[in-house]
Amino acid sequence: MSEDTQMSLIDEIDYGTPPSQAAEMVTLTIDGRAVTVPAGTSIMRAAMEAGTAIPKLCATDMLDAFGSCRLCLVEIEGRAGTPASCTTPVAPDMAVATASERLDRLRRGVMELYVSDHPVTSLDPCTLDPCTQGDVELLDVAAEVGLTEVRYGLDGARHRSTGLDVSNPYFMYDPEKCIVCSRCVRACSDVQGTFALTISGRGFDSVMAAGSDQPFLESECVSCGACVQACPTGSLIEKAVVETGRPDRTVLTTCAYCGVGCSFKAEMKGDDVVRMVPYKDGKANHGHSCVKGRFAWGYTTHRERILHPMIRDSIDAPWREVSWDEAIGFAASEIGRIQARYGRDSVGAITSSRCTNEETFLVQKLVRAGFGNNNVDTCARVCHSPTGYGLSQTFGTSAGTQDFDSVEQTDVMIVIGANPTDAHPVFASRMKQRLRQGAKLIVIDPRRIDLVRSPHVEAECHLPLRPGTNVAVVTALAHVIVAERLVDEDFVRMRCDWDEYQDWADFVLRPEHGPEAVEALSGVPADLIRKAARLYATGGNGAIYYGLGVTEHSQGTTAVMALANLAMATGNIGRPGVGVNPLRGQNNVQGSCDMGSFPHELSGYRHIAGGDVRRLFESDWGVTLNPEPGLRIPNMFDAALDGSFKALYVQGEDILQSDPDTRHVAAGLGAMECVIVQDLFLNETASYAHVFLPGSTFLEKDGTFTNAERRIQLVRKALAPRNGYADWEVTLLLAKALGMTMHYDHPSQIMDEIARLTPTFAGVSYARLEALGSIQWPCNANAPEGTPVMHVDGFVRGKGRFIATEYVASDEKTGPRFPLLLTTGRILSQYNVGAQTRRTDNVVWHHEDVLEIHPHDAEMRGIADGAWVRLASRAGETTLRAQVTDRVAPGVVYTTFHHPDTQANVVTTDNSDWATNCPEYKCTAVQVSPSNGRSPWQQDYEAFSDRSRRIAPVEAAE
Amino acid sequence: MPPEKLVHMANQIGKFFASQPRGDAPAAIADHLRKFWDPRMRRAIVAHLEQGGAGLDPPVRAAVQRLASESGHQTV
Repeated sequence: MSEDTQMSLIDEIDYGTPPSQAAEMVTLTIDGRAVTVPAGTSIMRAAMEAGTAIPKLCATDMLDAFGSCRLCLVEIEGRAGTPASCTTPVAPDMAVATASERLDRLRRGVMELYVSDHPVTSLDPCTLDPCTQGDVELLDVAAEVGLTEVRYGLDGARHRSTGLDVSNPYFMYDPEKCIVCSRCVRACSDVQGTFALTISGRGFDSVMAAGSDQPFLESECVSCGACVQACPTGSLIEKAVVETGRPDRTVLTTCAYCGVGCSFKAEMKGDDVVRMVPYKDGKANHGHSCVKGRFAWGYTTHRERILHPMIRDSIDAPWREVSWDEAIGFAASEIGRIQARYGRDSVGAITSSRCTNEETFLVQKLVRAGFGNNNVDTCARVCHSPTGYGLSQTFGTSAGTQDFDSVEQTDVMIVIGANPTDAHPVFASRMKQRLRQGAKLIVIDPRRIDLVRSPHVEAECHLPLRPGTNVAVVTALAHVIVAERLVDEDFVRMRCDWDEYQDWADFVLRPEHGPEAVEALSGVPADLIRKAARLYATGGNGAIYYGLGVTEHSQGTTAVMALANLAMATGNIGRPGVGVNPLRGQNNVQGSCDMGSFPHELSGYRHIAGGDVRRLFESDWGVTLNPEPGLRIPNMFDAALDGSFKALYVQGEDILQSDPDTRHVAAGLGAMECVIVQDLFLNETASYAHVFLPGSTFLEKDGTFTNAERRIQLVRKALAPRNGYADWEVTLLLAKALGMTMHYDHPSQIMDEIARLTPTFAGVSYARLEALGSIQWPCNANAPEGTPVMHVDGFVRGKGRFIATEYVASDEKTGPRFPLLLTTGRILSQYNVGAQTRRTDNVVWHHEDVLEIHPHDAEMRGIADGAWVRLASRAGETTLRAQVTDRVAPGVVYTTFHHPDTQANVVTTDNSDWATNCPEYKCTAVQVSPSNGRSPWQQDYEAFSDRSRRIAPVEAAE
Repeated sequence: MPPEKLVHMANQIGKFFASQPRGDAPAAIADHLRKFWDPRMRRAIVAHLEQGGAGLDPPVRAAVQRLASESGHQTV
């Protein structure tokens, strides 16, 4: 994107109807010109592709044709009447006229009626107040068809008005402006898949209504904003547009919330962001978004954002605002002092999965080349590290196998340990589209997640397993597939190691892996296990989508391997529609792993012990690298407590709130002599920090994020950093203060270095990203435009490797003291520790964490819906309100971890995955009992938290 | 680091490799510890072994013995 296009408003072409996927091409003439398009294309789209815009109101290319507005009429030689061009497909040798005196007259007549029903004071868009009149697509079309007067007047009777609805915090609905084109209704059903909107009433009384004619906020609306984006009249409009006015320029960028990685147009007016509109050419989201990405960016200007560096000698003292020079100088001298006193390995850093690839790469370089050790880790440690290890052992790469578009060719989906409608909502909408087309769904989850049953979607099987039994259940699926001879033997013989397969087949056939034996462990009926296995193995293209419900267990890595085994045994790998797909949590968790954030490996997943790889980096960086793996995040806390780890630089991660066993984390942080936190806000970890370096938001910097489909996308600076520096610049300041000589003027130079040192990124550069829009790694000489689907002709490691997956029960066993199992997760409107979303209006949907408990368990304990309860484990206890629901099975309770005053992680334990130390968040033995109020821990923590956030008043200048 | 925690973690690793149909479990366990445990953690578990190695499962004990014998001529 050139500077010029950045400066102007991007108004994407609307082709009116979606593209046809047909291979067969058809040639017709439109206004005398020959046009060739795929069969099945509408006349409207064919005309637009040839550069002729046919007037339209109810049509838009995100939605199937509807044929209601009667504006897009055309004449077709040899056919009677004036058919709608949106609903009429092209045919060979068809001759179409898009304009004629008759068509003009008809369109003006239709338009005149629409305008008479719309509260405007003038037909000239230039004379209207853009704020109060909102979006004027309707008036643009009126001008386009040459409507100059309205014979019925501009103040005639209108559709029934149900009153202005301002209940949603981000957009408003004025029914008076509605022309009943149904674009919003169809966007809600076809694109988002929520079916919250409808046309209520009949004839002239028709009007769009949310839910059962309710305010938006009370309806089942999930506030994705697709309806607002679709509305051609301003009947639905962002409040920010009404308040700030219409934007005048666009900056294309990438969302900084989840691993879907939606492309957005940041629409700007002057130096303000007016709104975020999903970009139709975005390959991950195709013009759709969720409530977080589209609306929840107000935290960037929140009053609690810290804009000045601060330091303090002890965590009991108030913060003192200082200059950047002083803060950086203090941090560097502390690191130097601590290394001199406690040794080179006594310091480390945590890279952020929220920051860019370039920023992450710099932090790990700072550690390896500057600190001279490998004590660097990233929050992927606590989410998808088992994915990295499990998939590299079986397939040879530490990443998902498909692109998101692959789901369009999927016939059977397994969704295990993931809740896409809450955590990956934009991809969940794609899944629901495919499910409505007839694909089958198997959900393996302790909770009845929304996908199990929601409007027009119903899972074929839901396996409500006991938390901690994933490996047993997935191995039982394999047992059925092998026992019933459903294995794709040709695929296995050709693509996998046959001896290892046979060992594995013998292993899974053991009676203890049979459905009956596993029913006893997991609580999943044996017949349901059989049904699911048969469906996945025989239902056509089978795709596995999984999340942290798979990885965050003591056997997380084993479960990932079990899923990979399943895909290989059924031949569901190496083509569109299939695969093993981790749904990555954070915007750049894939990227932070790719960039060498793990203590044992350099960028591109190459072990630090490898001499050749290390020498490559040593010659580029001009340093000697330590060949030993460093500490992982949980090990850092242990090492801090034994006195061998004393300083930590944390960029953009709130480990105190997000890591398990809060008391252990707090003790570890408390034992360190210098904690440097770089963040937007004084987060929970900052309570233990000595240096606070203000961070920048994704709107304030250039860089790249890599999403769950390995897609590298540009993040572009829309605003100057309010704190003064982009995060990569802050790291650079620290590196220089430590005596490192690295220098970059722009993140593109960091990417050039990444590409130079990382074979899977060899073909990546900002110029290529600008040209291609996005690139899925590997991108190199063999795949110059990237790789949407992996392992097509062979596995990256050569032969696919089957691995035996013995079930080992978690240490978190229920018993008399702790008879329930707690599992944790996220909700749509909030994001992880909530540092951002809690500082937006998203709190109207979720202002506190609640505990879901089954009616049976609640009744036994005398707990009513909404009552305060005490939640206790062997690690700690907290209190929160109960929500009595049969969404969780008896014996299972569930909560979210978005709010620091609940701190679900006080309760979770320091158990972890055997291979990677990924914490076992998803399975904790607990007891729940009625409570009168907050736990002593919560009261102490609040007092501590208030005290540690004090900022000393700045003394007046002399 | 508390030895009980390291023993627990090492035994978890041991259970996985011991359950594999083929291969040398102690070698695989030792390899995993070398690749993913920072030297101070390896030193601590070797020290624990030298104190008697209470709680280490047999293949894990064999793996830590390998680390200990290597540490005779190089830093673990």
